[in-house]
Amino acid sequence: MAQITRSPKTYDVCVIGSGAGGGMAAKVLTEGGLDVVMLEAGPQVYPEKDYKMLMWPYELPHRGAGVGGRASENFGEFLAPNGAWQIEGEPYTSAPGANFQWFRSRIVGGRTNHWGRIALRFAPVDFLSKTRDGLGDDWPITYDDLAPYYDKVESYIGVFGTKENVPSAPDGVFLPPPKPRCTEILIKKACDKLNITCIPARLAILTKAHNGRLPCHYCGQCGRGCTTASNFSSSQVLLPPAMATGRLTLITGAMAREIAVGKDGKAEAVAYIDKATKTEKRVYAKAVVVAASACESARLLLNSKSALFPNGLGNSTGNVGKYLTDSVGSDGWGEIPALEKMPPHNHDGVGGMHYYMPWWKFDRKNDFPRGYHIEIGGGRELPGVGMFDDLCYDEEGYGVQLKRRARQVYGLGVGFSGRGEMIPNPDTYCELDPDKVDQWGIPVLRFHFRWSEYEIRQAKDMQETFKSIVEMMGGTYKTRTAIDGPYPFGIQAGGKIIHEVGTARMGANPQTSVLNGYCQTHDVKNVFVTDGGPLVTNPDKNPTLTIMALSWRASEYLLDEAKKGNV
Amino acid sequence: MNATGISRRDVLKTLALGAAGGSVLQVIPSEAAELAHQMVHKEKAAAPAGKYAPKYFTAKQYETLTSLCDTIIPKDEKSGGAVEAGAPEFIDLLTSENQEFQLALGGGLMWLDHYCTDHYEKIYLECTPEQRKEVIDLIAYRKNAKATPELHQGVAFFSFLRNMTCDGFYTSKIGIEDLQYIGNVTRSEWPGCPPLPE
Repeated sequence: MAQITRSPKTYDVCVIGSGAGGGMAAKVLTEGGLDVVMLEAGPQVYPEKDYKMLMWPYELPHRGAGVGGRASENFGEFLAPNGAWQIEGEPYTSAPGANFQWFRSRIVGGRTNHWGRIALRFAPVDFLSKTRDGLGDDWPITYDDLAPYYDKVESYIGVFGTKENVPSAPDGVFLPPPKPRCTEILIKKACDKLNITCIPARLAILTKAHNGRLPCHYCGQCGRGCTTASNFSSSQVLLPPAMATGRLTLITGAMAREIAVGKDGKAEAVAYIDKATKTEKRVYAKAVVVAASACESARLLLNSKSALFPNGLGNSTGNVGKYLTDSVGSDGWGEIPALEKMPPHNHDGVGGMHYYMPWWKFDRKNDFPRGYHIEIGGGRELPGVGMFDDLCYDEEGYGVQLKRRARQVYGLGVGFSGRGEMIPNPDTYCELDPDKVDQWGIPVLRFHFRWSEYEIRQAKDMQETFKSIVEMMGGTYKTRTAIDGPYPFGIQAGGKIIHEVGTARMGANPQTSVLNGYCQTHDVKNVFVTDGGPLVTNPDKNPTLTIMALSWRASEYLLDEAKKGNV
Repeated sequence: MNATGISRRDVLKTLALGAAGGSVLQVIPSEAAELAHQMVHKEKAAAPAGKYAPKYFTAKQYETLTSLCDTIIPKDEKSGGAVEAGAPEFIDLLTSENQEFQLALGGGLMWLDHYCTDHYEKIYLECTPEQRKEVIDLIAYRKNAKATPELHQGVAFFSFLRNMTCDGFYTSKIGIEDLQYIGNVTRSEWPGCPPLPE
């Protein structure tokens, strides 16, 4: 029998995954004095070499399109090493009729290297879903339980914003916001007339020097990764302080396969594939924090089968993989002739919107539950691949005429992205595919996914709102969406917004949940899940800030329990 | 190394150290980033401008491709055209790596020659300027494919090539300057929108 290499020592905690949830756990646990080993399935990230900050498209032979023009599928060649919808040798499947798209990063820092930095708190009402409208379930914790951790996260990572007293979008600890761009001034004017709330955005980007990090230099390229760490990423903001304690051991190229449970019913080790040697290794730890991303964590739990837990760890009541949701996403854009008057100017700003629209129709009856926010973009952006596809389609032709039109319409576009709340439904979940394994021999996930009428009506409302704003601005709304078929009103395929959560949800009742309010599995006291998995609802606020607040809170609890000798 | 005695490595190291301090250059990292950016520029400018050897297209096809790129985005009173902007190189590189592009563009170029041979008894490049204009005016608009189904493939080909040519042109220095994009630089503060003219 082949020898399995085991770690020479037993760590206090093994953290699986190095993104928002894992990075935060590593920071809090090591600073609290625990000895932590972290498994990351991908390689190390090297900002100075890997990030393409300030590079022009013509400095790359592929101009941003990537090899064979394929990078555009994964958001282009300029982004920070950012993962992909499909990873060679690591497939996933969708059940017949379902089309779920799963974006995975395999690199230190995970998806925080390139994320949109939109850092929104959930609102008090988001924790009381069932009480509110009878749909879904209430959280086992309240906004007040999490608020101190939102404060801590924002204070540590740096988030700009303004105090606005909007009930659907609680205020936080904010750095000053950047001034609006020209497009945003016009959008806000139109929103004011339409009674749509439009306020400064809340992004994890530094408008002032903060905790030893330099302020933003306004190149507008946060997604490429920032060599000065002026925006938040786990790799640059959470892992360095954890490393500095001398108590973090980071193992890269380590694909977790199974959490092994001892005779006492507690987790005792994590078996992982060392990708470089294609051999299995084992690290021993007194507790395990799973933060591999909601679906990857569900997969690991389901694959951790033992005599004690034949259906997988944390899955004694069959809830792992259930309650999967993504954000409802529908996009649109319009052309605003009023912008033609603007002289050429630097429009870059921070890498993302300076203004946005939080959910504003919370005080009335809508024909769908819950709500959405609107992200905005457009204007005189750095030209790139695909920028004039729409123009080419609309105008056709060729020659000097085409060139003149491009010059004329450049910078006149404004874009809108609606991001709304999906209600969990019984037809949407992930499970182990009974037939397939990946190249490491690990059974893969199979997804089931369905949008309900709730989400489709929300997408319809988004399209109508975008159109009304563009028309109020005196512009032409350019997006055409189907009213039926698989993607009515431009609703995107499940997973496409990359806000997949809920697969190991917390709850007061172990019969209907995987974790308690401290992200601790009901079944095994020394196993925690601190990524998007624990989220009971997926409100119209991007989940990353909440993932970090939950992870901080769970890690403090784990520290406490460790001190008491309870794990 | 260059005349300033600062290597790109020094600059990158400064960027990497960033927040931690201890820069080898006495500049803040944002300035270093700007410097790195300028250095790449200079290196590019200093490189000998050899003739491009197509990776996928035959010499003759590449000549046709170049001619079509020039037709789609020509030089005008404001700026150079797609050929000067390197669009044909860009298109050839991507096509060499993608079988779908090979069918769409490689096949499309052959379609164009077949069409010209059928109608003018000459391949596209040997046609008169008037004949070339005639065929391009046909395949540049979807409505013609509706009226004349045999043009369908030609319209699809030209539409794809038009997108690719725009991509090549508007990602070039010439194209970006043509649009008067201002930015991709570091700045110490963000002034917001300049006064709106009224």
